Amino acid sequence: MYWNPNKECMSRDEMSALQGKRLHKIVKYVYHNVPFYRNKLQEMDLTPDDILTIEDIVKLPFTTKQDLRDNYPFGLQAAPQSEIIRIHASSGTTGNPTIVGYTRKDIGVWSECMARALTAYGVVRDDIFSVSYGYGLFTGGLGAHNGVEMVGAAVVPASTGNTEKHAKLIRDLGISGIACTPSYALYLAETMEQLGITRDQIRLRVGAFGAEPWTANMRREIEERLGLKGYNLYGLSEIMGPSVSYECQLQNGSHVNEDHFFPEIIDPVTLAPLPAGQSGELVFTTLTKEGMPLLRYRTRDLCSLMPGVCDCGRTSVRMTPITGRSDDMLIIRGINVFPSQVESVVLDMKEIAPRYLLVVDRVNNLDTLQVQVELRQEYFTATFDTPAAIDELSRRLALKLRSVLNIGVKVVLKAPNTIERSQGKSAHVIDNRNIQ
Amino acid sequence: MTIHQLSIFLENRSGTLIKVLDCLKKSNIQIIASAIADTAQYGILRIICSDPRRAYLELEEAGIAVALSDVFAIELENKPGQAADAIKTFSDAGISITYMYSFLYGHQGILVFRTDNTDEAREVILRNRLNSVTEKDLEQLG
Repeated sequence: MYWNPNKECMSRDEMSALQGKRLHKIVKYVYHNVPFYRNKLQEMDLTPDDILTIEDIVKLPFTTKQDLRDNYPFGLQAAPQSEIIRIHASSGTTGNPTIVGYTRKDIGVWSECMARALTAYGVVRDDIFSVSYGYGLFTGGLGAHNGVEMVGAAVVPASTGNTEKHAKLIRDLGISGIACTPSYALYLAETMEQLGITRDQIRLRVGAFGAEPWTANMRREIEERLGLKGYNLYGLSEIMGPSVSYECQLQNGSHVNEDHFFPEIIDPVTLAPLPAGQSGELVFTTLTKEGMPLLRYRTRDLCSLMPGVCDCGRTSVRMTPITGRSDDMLIIRGINVFPSQVESVVLDMKEIAPRYLLVVDRVNNLDTLQVQVELRQEYFTATFDTPAAIDELSRRLALKLRSVLNIGVKVVLKAPNTIERSQGKSAHVIDNRNIQ
Repeated sequence: MTIHQLSIFLENRSGTLIKVLDCLKKSNIQIIASAIADTAQYGILRIICSDPRRAYLELEEAGIAVALSDVFAIELENKPGQAADAIKTFSDAGISITYMYSFLYGHQGILVFRTDNTDEAREVILRNRLNSVTEKDLEQLG
């Protein structure tokens, strides 16, 4: 089922032509309306007429989160204030929050992208759909909400909090779809179990999960406990919000709404574009946005792109699940290492707690990486109380880490609750190298 | 035929062992025997104690990685060659001893061990009429 088959199943040639036309138009638009971009293009000796096809995109400058902060609050807004009908703000853990203004057309595009996602998930007019992303400055709640309304299903704006009431509504109303973070889905499952609400009492069928990374194991657990099929929903507020990309029934990569958001993968160090299939930093250019269009926005999310026609019939390029963030990158023995890569492995091993500490050192001019993890108390059992069993776990973890990171690591198993709960990302890393 | 043993995961740094011992002391639990399997990174402390179930709950409550397991314990006369004779019955049956330690209780030697095949080990003990010890025996010996 497609919401807009003309766009979702467009031939590659037609899509490229459309993207080229839209890119030229958006570059012209920002050139004339956003001094920040005009200055950048002029510095590079570029005019909008140098950007005629989608291949020309590599000539354009990048935009970073810092650029958004430096131009707080409205410096990158292209549309006049009278055209803006909504403003979202992303949480700024450091510095200014990111302000994103949407025109009426932007909200329409966003709703359609969300409707495409929901339709791919199998949501129809008869569904009762609960949106349990936070409503407010965060784009999750209202973004998903508009899409459900566009599809014509009944939206239950549950937002977050009051989970017990929500659990009862899921049972009593026969709610069939839900959009929330994967961790909230697990919390909801727990709450239902505590309330004695069983799987045969609920009719949940579709879950749209996003806004935080989740693993294949988490997906299996959520699907099993809530009795639904869980689909990835990707987005970021700088570009639009949820529905920049979405999974189809095949759950094999997320289809990018690439007629609106053009994706590229670059090397986060050299900034050179990488060929399809290679993993690197995801970059988006908004092709149709009026409120705050962005050229080559560096998401810092790491993934790769999968071109080619999907078995679902969609021709849109797919992105793999996000494997990490480029801003936490460490360079160890010349290899780029992302703490989130370690996290993905750690989260997938049930014997250890979802916490880790990376200790980087330099011994005899050679970088070393130690990964400290905690044994889970409940997995230290009668069959697990020998060095042979524990060392086997260390070895298994070290092998997995090695295959993901491409460097050898030393795994150190710690007793439960000995690794400090970190606040923020940098707390996961101790770098003892004194490199001047 | 088996008795309860506590296994405790200890990191190799100062303070981890005393935390365990303090917890047992506060709970008024007596250690009857102990052994440590030491590795470069960590150790596994194995303890036979009075009231192992309560000890397990107290240690778990204290956030310590502890497991409660069943181990074989057989009583041997306190004279040369007894351990060799007993263990031979297992090696003859093709059973490996995973780990072993011993202690004197009263005038009896007690051999504590785990094997790689619990079911067959049980049969060996029955067939050879080895004198296995129960927790009740330990209480009476004490």
